[in-house]
Amino acid sequence: MSGRTLSVAGMLAAVLGLLLTGSSLLAAPEPYVVGAVFDITGPASPLGTPERDTARLVEEMVNRTGGINGHPLRLVIYDNGSEETKCVMAFKKLIEKDEVLAIVGPSQSGTTLAVVNIVEAAQVPLVSCAASIKIVSPVKKWVFKTPQNDNFAVQKLIEYFRTHRIKRIAFINVANAFGTSGLEQAQKLFPGYGMSIIATESFGPTDTDMTAQLTRIRAANPDAVVCWGTNPGPALVTRNMRQLGMTQPLFMSHGVANRKFIELAGDAADGVIFPAGRLLVVDAIPKTDPRYRVLARYSKLFQTKYGREADTFGGHAWDALHLVVAALKAVGPDRAKMRDYIEKTRGFVGTAGIFNFSPQDHNGLSKDAFVMVKISNGRWELMK
Amino acid sequence: MNRRLLGFLLFAVLLALLPLAFSNPYYQSIFIFIGINAIVALGLNLLMGYAGQISLGHAAFHAMGAYGSAILTTTYHLNPWLAVAASLVMAVIIAYVMGIPTLKLSGHYLAIATLGFGMIVHIVLVQWVSMTGGTSGITSIPPLSLGSFRFDTDIRFYYLVWACCLLLMVISTNIVNSRMGRSLRAIHSSEAAASTCGVNVPRLKLGVFVLSAAYASLAGSLYAHYVTFISPEARFGFPFSIQAVVMVVLGGLGNIWGSLLGSGVVTALGELLRPMGDYDVAAFGLILMLAIVFLPQGVAGGLARLSLRRRTPAPPSAPSPQEVPHG
Amino acid sequence: MSDWALSLQFFCTGLTIGSIYALIALGFTIIYNASGIVNFAQGGFVMLGALLAVSLSLAGVPLPACVVLSALLVTITGCALERAFIRPLAGRPVITPIIVTIGASILLEGLAMLIWGKDALPLNPLPGPPVLTVASAIVPFQSVWVLGVSVLLMVGLRLFFDRTLIGRAMRANAANRQGALLVGINPGRVVLLSFALSAGLGALAGALIAPITLASYDMGTMLGLKGFSAAILGGLGSSPGAILGGLLLGLLESFAAGFISSGYKDAVAFVVLLLVLFVRPAGLLGWRKAGV
Repeated sequence: MSGRTLSVAGMLAAVLGLLLTGSSLLAAPEPYVVGAVFDITGPASPLGTPERDTARLVEEMVNRTGGINGHPLRLVIYDNGSEETKCVMAFKKLIEKDEVLAIVGPSQSGTTLAVVNIVEAAQVPLVSCAASIKIVSPVKKWVFKTPQNDNFAVQKLIEYFRTHRIKRIAFINVANAFGTSGLEQAQKLFPGYGMSIIATESFGPTDTDMTAQLTRIRAANPDAVVCWGTNPGPALVTRNMRQLGMTQPLFMSHGVANRKFIELAGDAADGVIFPAGRLLVVDAIPKTDPRYRVLARYSKLFQTKYGREADTFGGHAWDALHLVVAALKAVGPDRAKMRDYIEKTRGFVGTAGIFNFSPQDHNGLSKDAFVMVKISNGRWELMK
Repeated sequence: MNRRLLGFLLFAVLLALLPLAFSNPYYQSIFIFIGINAIVALGLNLLMGYAGQISLGHAAFHAMGAYGSAILTTTYHLNPWLAVAASLVMAVIIAYVMGIPTLKLSGHYLAIATLGFGMIVHIVLVQWVSMTGGTSGITSIPPLSLGSFRFDTDIRFYYLVWACCLLLMVISTNIVNSRMGRSLRAIHSSEAAASTCGVNVPRLKLGVFVLSAAYASLAGSLYAHYVTFISPEARFGFPFSIQAVVMVVLGGLGNIWGSLLGSGVVTALGELLRPMGDYDVAAFGLILMLAIVFLPQGVAGGLARLSLRRRTPAPPSAPSPQEVPHG
Repeated sequence: MSDWALSLQFFCTGLTIGSIYALIALGFTIIYNASGIVNFAQGGFVMLGALLAVSLSLAGVPLPACVVLSALLVTITGCALERAFIRPLAGRPVITPIIVTIGASILLEGLAMLIWGKDALPLNPLPGPPVLTVASAIVPFQSVWVLGVSVLLMVGLRLFFDRTLIGRAMRANAANRQGALLVGINPGRVVLLSFALSAGLGALAGALIAPITLASYDMGTMLGLKGFSAAILGGLGSSPGAILGGLLLGLLESFAAGFISSGYKDAVAFVVLLLVLFVRPAGLLGWRKAGV
């Protein structure tokens, strides 16, 4: 080949190469960056870990099916060690350094409340996976949550108590935000229905024996005992109650809506009744129910990927992230528009229930999100 | 004296310029927390490094500052600066009352007494719901302000915190190089000998204990007005008391700059280890142990050994009566 | 329900909790006696013992063997800790081993979290009826085991320290280091042995209490703290004091929870601790001078 042909060919190749590279750069859709902060280590890790696992699962799912309008979803997950100071830093990092479009989490009410001002000031939509009603009441513009409010759980219990004419109740709770919130709701709502709390006891999150408290409860002779907390405390309460030979029916909160409780309490768990999301009894839900499809799907995907049962905590992350993804799909990467979209979301079928958001309701669920479940022979039974 | 002054001035200039280099509020918030922690460490260092005492319950005084500020500004609508001052006074009084019987003890007994005190305060924070909000905490704490200038952004708070920190460093250095400081170091070496020389040992120990409590309280108030939400979590309990001690020891006992270094290392370490996910707790423990064993004078001491020129006088190298027995 | 009946149950519960603290307190006492070091990782040994016992049990090992085996494994861990991190600290101020052992407890907690996860794990109790009934009160039978083992160990340790050469050597070392060196006692080995013994004891405690309290990676901190308080209460340096202190602390907690307030029960325990320290720091049976 002559020198001139060679140089022309070389130039053509170069131009072609540039065009191809340039077009591929132009064509590569940039990822949508969403942040997540969970209480992965520390006391709240039983909540944060399944939430983190579920978030990753959703990220994979979304990207496998082509992303959001062709844009890949990139999840940046930080651990706040169940500590508020660390949570503040994690949020600042996500907002200022990673410049995320929205944030999902944290897992606990305390850690969420610590960062509310940050997201309000930075105007970043936050969908929390924490339970306390204080997160959305009073309503804050940029803050939403997916778990059912604890007052709904209490209302569900009240329903049951009315039907079974239970009036004198003893209340024992963990001395943390979740436990005391349950007590507050009970104290607020019980009197209106003729129920009274005749004894209140509490125990520390790391306490190993609740016999003393239960002995006092036994002396007050209640119709029923309600225990509000997350593992492992309630499991110990259950065991101690059986050891003491107490025969009152034992009710729990949705904090024990997981396999772990049954593992820890062993045989003592039989007969325990508590409100829970439908995820626990997914097989008992009629297949025509729109919730069934979502629950079954989440359950199966989680089990397949991680070899463990899905639980309600993970479900909160599923709901939260799907809300964000739906917003992204509809309005694109704009924080304010996403916030507006989430606030207008109605009829969103999640694992916790069917969400209907509004400017006054940033949780979107009602007590219908709960069903009453009874533990029998180590299995969950849906109570009608 | 001039060299020291120069050192402080240079440091002040560095501090003033830092936020311009790190304009990202995320980094600024890390520096803010380093500053707040440094204040606690400075106070604790006076107690541990110079007077040779131990406190495993300093989170209690930190909590007093934070909760005092929070309650006085949210429930009683007191001016935030007054709240800071009032909390300080309260912490000082409680430290004084607690200190009298506690400082008669020494060694492990002192350690467990301060530990017990810290735990009691933490439990009260959790249980006295009507006053402290219990585990739900206190929200919407107003920020500090000077007239209409509010310290509600990271960069403004950065300057506030580090101005306080710098001031306290100067104060601490003056104390250490004064007669009081020399008396403190005498107590560290041998209480009996110091007493023979005319040092009022109990009063001095109490004084430095109260002073360290004041530092911790101030830091607590600053924390409350920065995060604007507090609750009785790890920061106001045993884990933070330990963190404070680690900062002091790691930075270098009896070394003012060491307190800053220690605070910086421990705070930054938390952030650096974050991407390690579940491995961060084990990593922190391992790093701590290795650092203690291989850096006996802390990070500051290690750096001083590296540098050619001698800096401020080293802490007493005479063996103290509370040494670990050879073996 | 009469106050007497209530008190009886609180008493029994107090013994249950107290027996746990007693066993842990023994571990602190031994290391302190031998080396003057307070081992903040003692709670970590307890935690490891509990979790190892759970794993062994899940692997099919019969329960009594689980307890013994886990104690052995943790003993080795304790020796490793001593050699690697305590030995090089000779001559350093007393704050240093405190920090190192605190670091060790953090490390152990972090490792346990990685290996066993973050959830609590149950363990089957040793053979026996589920509860022991005393009039109208109950005691989980496992705590009879715990108490029994504690007393047995106390007697055994007494014999060890009084009758055997090694035990006497350890006591000599604690009483007068120079003197012990002069008669040929190797202080390094004494400290190593004390760590080994305490680690084993701690693990034993963990394996025995796990059926009552459940095993989890974060159980060590609070238990270690309470065990330490119990040791101080009874007198740091006295084995019977450790047992007494533990039982007393358990009873205080139980009665406080029962008659004052379950929320403030821990505060009561610590307040009593402080009072003891202010009035008689040597504790109930301590023979060491206050604050030395």
